[in-house]
Amino acid sequence: MAAITRHNNRLGVWGWLGGGRWGIERYAYILHRLTGLGILLYLLMHTVVTSLRVRNIYLWTEGGFFHQPIFRLGEFCVVAAFAFHAFNGIRLVLVELGFAVGKPIEPIYPYKTSVGVQRPLLIAVMVLALLFLLVGAYNFLGLAR
Amino acid sequence: MAELKVNFHVTRYNPEKDPKPYIQTYSVAVNDGMTVLDGLHWIKENLDPTLVWRYSCRMGICGSCGMLINGTPTLACNTQILHLSQTDITVGPLPNFEIIRDLVPDLLSMFEKHAAVHPNIIRPEAELTDRTGEFYQSPEELEAYLQFTYCIKCGCCMGACPTLATDVRYLGPMPLTALQRYNADSRDEGFKVRAQVASADGGAFRCHYAGECSRVCPKGVDPGKAIQLLKRKLVLDYLHLANRKKPCPKLEGPGHGKLLPNMTAPPRTIPE
Repeated sequence: MAAITRHNNRLGVWGWLGGGRWGIERYAYILHRLTGLGILLYLLMHTVVTSLRVRNIYLWTEGGFFHQPIFRLGEFCVVAAFAFHAFNGIRLVLVELGFAVGKPIEPIYPYKTSVGVQRPLLIAVMVLALLFLLVGAYNFLGLAR
Repeated sequence: MAELKVNFHVTRYNPEKDPKPYIQTYSVAVNDGMTVLDGLHWIKENLDPTLVWRYSCRMGICGSCGMLINGTPTLACNTQILHLSQTDITVGPLPNFEIIRDLVPDLLSMFEKHAAVHPNIIRPEAELTDRTGEFYQSPEELEAYLQFTYCIKCGCCMGACPTLATDVRYLGPMPLTALQRYNADSRDEGFKVRAQVASADGGAFRCHYAGECSRVCPKGVDPGKAIQLLKRKLVLDYLHLANRKKPCPKLEGPGHGKLLPNMTAPPRTIPE
């Protein structure tokens, strides 16, 4: 008898990005990963660019490659990513230590889940992230000077 | 109600002739009250006898008919067609599992992970080896794990989990919920054994609370909650802050503990 072949139906990265009708926590999960990768990329670039000082190369000063407006926008994106990642991270620490998920209950339809229990915390940290971002925008637009 | 025609866009895959899955559309005559499972039966009886899926009880108990219906992992027997759409419905196999054929996923990987978490009471003087009495458990102690016992192993949570989509080593929501179910049981003494599985690579700390498992669970088991409570226990145990209660005592026979007076077991119906 011939060996039975099977199709691997693992969603892969598509499983992060979509493929279903997901809830807001799923999108927070995706954004947390993407902002984490973005901040890591920034950190690597930042390390390389600043280390060029030893060769007297200053890419971020007047006339330097990174002194263009697009990189200023990029810097703001890093602030936005940091704001989301940091505040959502606080929520995740609290949730993963079991502080905002509630106690086990008898499941009676319509089911109430821990997702609903921690939802106010999600809203609160997103409001805090937004406030942080507004302060960042105030600085970014040059209003602080 | 007049009969409606709803298009079922069903994933088809025959490993003997198809290189990869494809979508086949069937027009299904739908009446009020028909479930997606009824629709699949209608297709098999009237349009295409080669369509394959897995089902058994038809009443949301056995957990066999977990499928990806309109992009959400759920039970086909528990989903009314007209609650979803009056025109089009997509039906596919549960993601994150290999497809055996059409809508049939291979759940073996899930059951292997389930077996690996020691989903049973671990206690030296367990009833199985010394059947002289019962363990006393208060209603409050029962409530600590009762919710997690309702799991029917349908695999919907595993299909919804984004971490499992990229990490094949991750145990997944169902096995970790089973693990927490026994960890939270006051009769159990197996925390140390299970903690090795739960805190290893692919254990509880791979979960980052996307919440999908809890949202899609057709029985309200809330695997997300179970995994977070498990992580809490693991962290507290690591920091030596866990509440180390002794497992509940064993009743020494009728009349001991809170048993009703004059309570005896019925006579055996099968001779020894």
